[in-house]
Amino acid sequence: MSIQLVNVHKAFGSKKVLKGLTLEVPEGATTTVIGGSGSGKSVTLKHIVGLIKPDEGDVWVDGENVSRLDQESVYGLRRNVGYVFQFAALFDSMTVADNVGLGLKRIGDKPPEAIDERVRDCLRMVDLDDYGPRYPSELSGGQKKRAGLARAIATRPKYILYDEPTTGLDPVTAAVIDALIIRMSEELGVTGLVITHDMRSAFRISDRMAMLHDGRIRFEGTPDEFRGAEDPVVKGFIEGRPALMESVS
Amino acid sequence: MSVFARSVHVLLLQPVQAMGRLALRAVAATGRSGYLAIDAVQALRKVDLWGPHLLPQMARIGVDSVPIAIFIATFTGIVLALQASYTFTGAMPLYFVGTLVGKTMILELGPVLTGLALAGRVGANISAELGTMRVTEQIDALETLAYDPVAYLVVPRVLAGALMFPVVVMLANAVGIVAGWGTSLWLLDMSSQQFMRGLRIFFEPWDVQFSMIKSVSFGIVVTSVGCSFGFHTEGGAEGVGNATTRAVVIATMIILALDAFWAAVLL
Repeated sequence: MSIQLVNVHKAFGSKKVLKGLTLEVPEGATTTVIGGSGSGKSVTLKHIVGLIKPDEGDVWVDGENVSRLDQESVYGLRRNVGYVFQFAALFDSMTVADNVGLGLKRIGDKPPEAIDERVRDCLRMVDLDDYGPRYPSELSGGQKKRAGLARAIATRPKYILYDEPTTGLDPVTAAVIDALIIRMSEELGVTGLVITHDMRSAFRISDRMAMLHDGRIRFEGTPDEFRGAEDPVVKGFIEGRPALMESVS
Repeated sequence: MSVFARSVHVLLLQPVQAMGRLALRAVAATGRSGYLAIDAVQALRKVDLWGPHLLPQMARIGVDSVPIAIFIATFTGIVLALQASYTFTGAMPLYFVGTLVGKTMILELGPVLTGLALAGRVGANISAELGTMRVTEQIDALETLAYDPVAYLVVPRVLAGALMFPVVVMLANAVGIVAGWGTSLWLLDMSSQQFMRGLRIFFEPWDVQFSMIKSVSFGIVVTSVGCSFGFHTEGGAEGVGNATTRAVVIATMIILALDAFWAAVLL
């Protein structure tokens, strides 16, 4: 079982964002979707957790068609999926520890002491051991992303979706986040789906990569296959040469 | 396009198009609010989600609104007593000052002025808070953690509004009447007996029930409009600002329309 998007179409008003996107995320690996700003990467992630419904096509998670599930079943399915938001989306009114423990409280199968222990474990994993009592406003951008990651892994999900995890971070902090993503995959065995336009990060963390262009997957393969790609759109994007991309489109 | 055709377009078509867009936006907003209301009713059964937030919201919406309600009611009571005295002197017995202060505070000014003030304080607060949560993806984050955001955010606020607005309005009514009574004693040379006689002479228990019905409806309107505009905020800081302004304006308009509706239906 894994995540599959099959012929997904999505438009917002007259703007068609996804035009028949098909993508499979293999289990146990980290897959990265790259693409330019506004290419529909975040929209793709939101389809997987049912935050957005496709106009056409199907989104499968663990054999369940997310787009056809009722709301309560979608909530149940989301317990298996952790989501790391681009700007962390931590709740301002709660401490970091409360943010991390929120998903566990919702599941409700653990006593408060066990939840506290799990929260401490998760904060330790992202090197924020002493930050539990602080509020999000007291954290730096990189610390917020790490706290967001701790919140996503707290429920021990099978899948983690990362929305632009290194955007806006300095190269050193970005490398720290990349290392954490690799660690999540290796230590927790989670299946990761990362969307980014940070190529250095993409090559560092990915087992497989896919490029989203003009609403569809333009190219799929391993990082090495991407490096050797002859497609001018892929090559132009990786090398940051818009002229090469425009020569095709 | 010729100059004439362009002029016709600017003078005739553009206003029509603008009105059409406004009408479409209004219909869309009504539809969204309707769906949110249905979701909120369905979410009432999720007591585990909204229950823990009800008391804190009652404190925020009700207790924190007491100072502004007392401030408005005090000056309203004073002005009512002075204007009644000015109107009645030489024409009617002065004890009617108590009648006018009591009836007007309970039936009209207590609920409406408090409702309008709270539309600004509570409605704007809710809309800005939920709007910020929406544009910073905190509402999406709640959903990904398997929390129903309507049960978690909307239901406790609307319930708190329905429960606390009547309490605040009853307090405002009492403060307004006491302020009118004090004004009658110290500025109008009336006795307490005169004021109380006027207050009692036309008093009906139904007036208090009418005031409570109005204030419950105002509480539901202010909080649900604030929630709806906040919940459906789009864009960044500008979107939050627009949603907040619209929430206050729409809640104010609905309060005034409801005020007339209840008077026509219940009196």
